[in-house]
Amino acid sequence: MDAQNTPAIAVDRLVKLYKGVAAVDGISFRLPPGSITGLLGGNGAGKTTTIAMILGLVTPTAGTVSVLGAQMPKERYRVLHRMNFESPYVALPMRLTVRQNLSVFAQLYAVADIDERIAGLAAELELTEFLDRPTGKLSAGQKTRVSLAKALLNRPEVLLLDEPTASLDPDTADWVRTRLEHYRREQGASMLIASHNMNEVERLCERVIIMKKGRIEDDDTPARLLDRHGRATLEEVFLDIARGRGEHREAAQ
Amino acid sequence: MIGSDAGIDFSANRVRAMVRRYWYLLRSSWPRVLDLIYWPTVQMLMWGFLQLYVTQNGGPFVRTAGVFIGAVLLWDILFRGQLGFSISFLEEMYAHNLANLMMSPLRPVEFIAALMIMSIVRLLIGMIPVTLLAMWFFGFNLWALGFALVAFFANLMLTSWSIGIFVAGVLLRNGMGAESLAWTIMFLFLPLTCVYYPVTVLPDYLQYVAWALPPTYVFEGMRALLIDHVFRADLMLEALAFNVVLFAAASFAFLKLLQSARVQGTLLQGGE
Repeated sequence: MDAQNTPAIAVDRLVKLYKGVAAVDGISFRLPPGSITGLLGGNGAGKTTTIAMILGLVTPTAGTVSVLGAQMPKERYRVLHRMNFESPYVALPMRLTVRQNLSVFAQLYAVADIDERIAGLAAELELTEFLDRPTGKLSAGQKTRVSLAKALLNRPEVLLLDEPTASLDPDTADWVRTRLEHYRREQGASMLIASHNMNEVERLCERVIIMKKGRIEDDDTPARLLDRHGRATLEEVFLDIARGRGEHREAAQ
Repeated sequence: MIGSDAGIDFSANRVRAMVRRYWYLLRSSWPRVLDLIYWPTVQMLMWGFLQLYVTQNGGPFVRTAGVFIGAVLLWDILFRGQLGFSISFLEEMYAHNLANLMMSPLRPVEFIAALMIMSIVRLLIGMIPVTLLAMWFFGFNLWALGFALVAFFANLMLTSWSIGIFVAGVLLRNGMGAESLAWTIMFLFLPLTCVYYPVTVLPDYLQYVAWALPPTYVFEGMRALLIDHVFRADLMLEALAFNVVLFAAASFAFLKLLQSARVQGTLLQGGE
């Protein structure tokens, strides 16, 4: 398979059991290069475990995950420098300044011209005035921007985001989404976004995968999901699936 | 899977990045620096004054200059070496930064190399002032041991790293619930490695255990040097041989525990 046809992420019959309980239960999907896909699901649906397996942090019980053609976690060092991750739940060291944190991670990812890259990202993400402040002294919105800067340092071809706008005010959240759109446009990166925010998913994603109890319940474009479920918003579709209304409706029909 | 964690690809740049990360942290926090000096100083003063008292009232063994102070300083190399390694590792868990590192191109071997370097840095920050104080207060010059000190130091550091590597693996696998191990594991070595007394004091069956632990050879070697004025190279070589085995076993255990952490999903949690 040539590089252009290699999926950014390929998940095949993926299973993760914890003490016999399925956190992820036989899911499969392929994300083409340059796509943005939303991963929706309630708490415990298996989104974070799926992302952790894609990142090589968790070993699957069965099935396979590959990123840019490399099997995870076995061949992770072939691709870890080409991917990155952002989540408000994974912090950066609080006592280090923003510049120190970014410079350490830039060196870990073998970024060329580190000072220039940090200055460029800081300007783009409006972080310049905070560069020499301890990361722990920043507001939630500023910390999210720093985490985003860390995730973009190596210009990743595959970017995974776990609730990237959680706990942000609507204005900052909108600002983050705009930056993500810009990044995809400029770099042609593939993104997988786990989120509870339906507006975010509707705005950013051309495809939505909805998980429940470790399985994929539905997988389509936002428009086709709305159409198929006869709903006006993704939130209603999500609630239908989360509460099993779709199944009841099908049974009644 | 262990093969991918134990990969031979090694980047000095990534090691430098991690050393910088810990150096920035130390620089930003004077209590952390003070903590490196405070306890070794207290220990040295306590044992130094005890030695003074016993020297005035004791037999020929304790009259030999510096046996207790030498023992406490070497013990601190062993204990602080492991603690320096483990605390740097724990800092990642306190900061919830471990997942960021484990999903980066940083190899476990580079991570461990950075922790080893930091254990030396932290140890030197603590030990240099304390050895100078020992000279000032008790006229004991650890540096005068010369080449012997290098041999003692190298063997003790190897042991401290082995224990630090093993503890890091347990922390990866079990999360912060295993934190107390990092602070207390070395105390198991305190009675068994005969820091303050000769191995012959132990019951026969415990002497076998003691001679299986590399630091025992160092402390016996120190007593041979201070009491009999003989440098026992044979003891240092035996310590080195045991250290090689211990280091290999600890590295293997670390890789197995890391592999298990990936299976159990504890790399993302790092919590209780």
